[in-house]
Amino acid sequence: MNKRNIYNWTMQILMWLAAGITAGLTLFLLGYVLYKGLPNITWELLSTKPSYLTDRIGILPDILNTVYIILTTLVFVIPLGVGAAIYLTEYASNKRVVAMIEYAAETLSGIPSIIYGLFGSLFFCQFMDLDKSLLAGALTLVIMNLPTVMRTTQESLKTVPQSYREGAFGLGAGKWRVIRTVVLPGCVDGVVTGCILSIGRIVGESAALLFTAGFAHALNGFVDALFTSGSTLTVALYMYATEGGEFGVAFAIAAILMILTLIINLSASLIGKYFERKKNA
Amino acid sequence: MSIITAKDLCLWYGATQALKNINIEIPERSITALIGPSGCGKSTFLKTLNRMNDLIPSVRIEGTVTYGGQDIFAPSVDVNDLRKEIGMVFQKPNPFPMSIYDNIAYGPRTHGIKNKIQLDDIVEEALQGAAIWDEVKDRLKKSALGLSGGQQQRLCIARAMAVKPKVLLMDEPTSALDPISTSKIEDLTQQLKKDYTIIMVTHNMQQAVRISDNTAFFLLGELVEFGDTEQMFSQPQDKRTEDYITGRFG
Repeated sequence: MNKRNIYNWTMQILMWLAAGITAGLTLFLLGYVLYKGLPNITWELLSTKPSYLTDRIGILPDILNTVYIILTTLVFVIPLGVGAAIYLTEYASNKRVVAMIEYAAETLSGIPSIIYGLFGSLFFCQFMDLDKSLLAGALTLVIMNLPTVMRTTQESLKTVPQSYREGAFGLGAGKWRVIRTVVLPGCVDGVVTGCILSIGRIVGESAALLFTAGFAHALNGFVDALFTSGSTLTVALYMYATEGGEFGVAFAIAAILMILTLIINLSASLIGKYFERKKNA
Repeated sequence: MSIITAKDLCLWYGATQALKNINIEIPERSITALIGPSGCGKSTFLKTLNRMNDLIPSVRIEGTVTYGGQDIFAPSVDVNDLRKEIGMVFQKPNPFPMSIYDNIAYGPRTHGIKNKIQLDDIVEEALQGAAIWDEVKDRLKKSALGLSGGQQQRLCIARAMAVKPKVLLMDEPTSALDPISTSKIEDLTQQLKKDYTIIMVTHNMQQAVRISDNTAFFLLGELVEFGDTEQMFSQPQDKRTEDYITGRFG
């Protein structure tokens, strides 16, 4: 074997190793969490709230809180993020202002989440007097996810061909009509991607929520829950593992979160494919 | 009768002057071809006529353009109404990613027509007018992106016609098409000039000779010569025109 062949083989094996280790680690982590968690998932765990009297642990309130906080965050973050993206790509004419806002958004998305939590607890909980509540938590998450939604929307707005806009203007359509009928439908996929990424982040967020949303496990309706303290699944996982020493429950929650993430990612790609098909239908 | 008149029209992109003192009177219900080498200002001139240049922030315009006697740059002019009167077909076919029907109905809907029966009539009439009705009548609800390039361009012509403009601006409408589609569109323009005024930018001098009544030759932002097509191609008045149409540069 000559030198070149040896070099080729060595590199190929190294690449194989890198790929193998990456895949192996992921599968091992997934398998380990599911192996530890799945046996602990019971119907009682999923459908009840915790009670000290009967020494029962249930995570239904945490599941609901997670859903509530996702919904509330999205309600605020979608119009804000999409609106900002539309302004930046369609209206703003000052390139420097646009660059500044984009830079700010990028910086914002790189800040550790605990800093958002600190800010949220000072601003929303204390200054705005919301105390520790799901609403304060959701608002903090809005700031955290705003850059994501804005940037993904913006990127997909940029992929809408200029010729569509020209065509619509050429027919005498006004600016807003062009945006609403030609530009926005072309970027729904970007908005959806942004939302799904955000949901993923919301589901996985703990640091920011520890500060702002609190730890309660009370079973509440949507409106009541918004104004009271409540823990999401991730926060509950942290609580059960660190304070209760309930590792079985913690792993059960971890398994649920894992499955949730999988579902979110799957639906993201399915929805993406759906819009792709619809565009070319 | 001239329908569009430009007087001392100058246009700048930032510091670069793209049009220099253009004076031209474009006759109604005829085809005017704009020819000249790339970058000579013919497309810029075309886009000035329905104020599509407004979309570019750095553009500055001096002089006047009148449409039917009305100054198109006057503050009282609604640019959307102007574009309804002066429609445009672009170089590359640009159907919207919607059904064929919705593409044609886009313009009329923009201008407030909601009645389904009325829209159906407009759509059929426009597609008939653009000689594409027979090819698409069974698939009106299908996406317009599934059509061939030539069909897409005729669809775009139909879409422009659906708002019932008086003038159609065409920016090299056949340059992205094969010869058969090109000849279909050329035939179509001969039909259309009975009812419309067509102003067409073309790089193809044979095409200008084949279809246009008048030709305007642009060079470096100037209108060098404007007149009857046959006359211009047989006895050009200006040396530069002669050099261009005989292929000495360009």
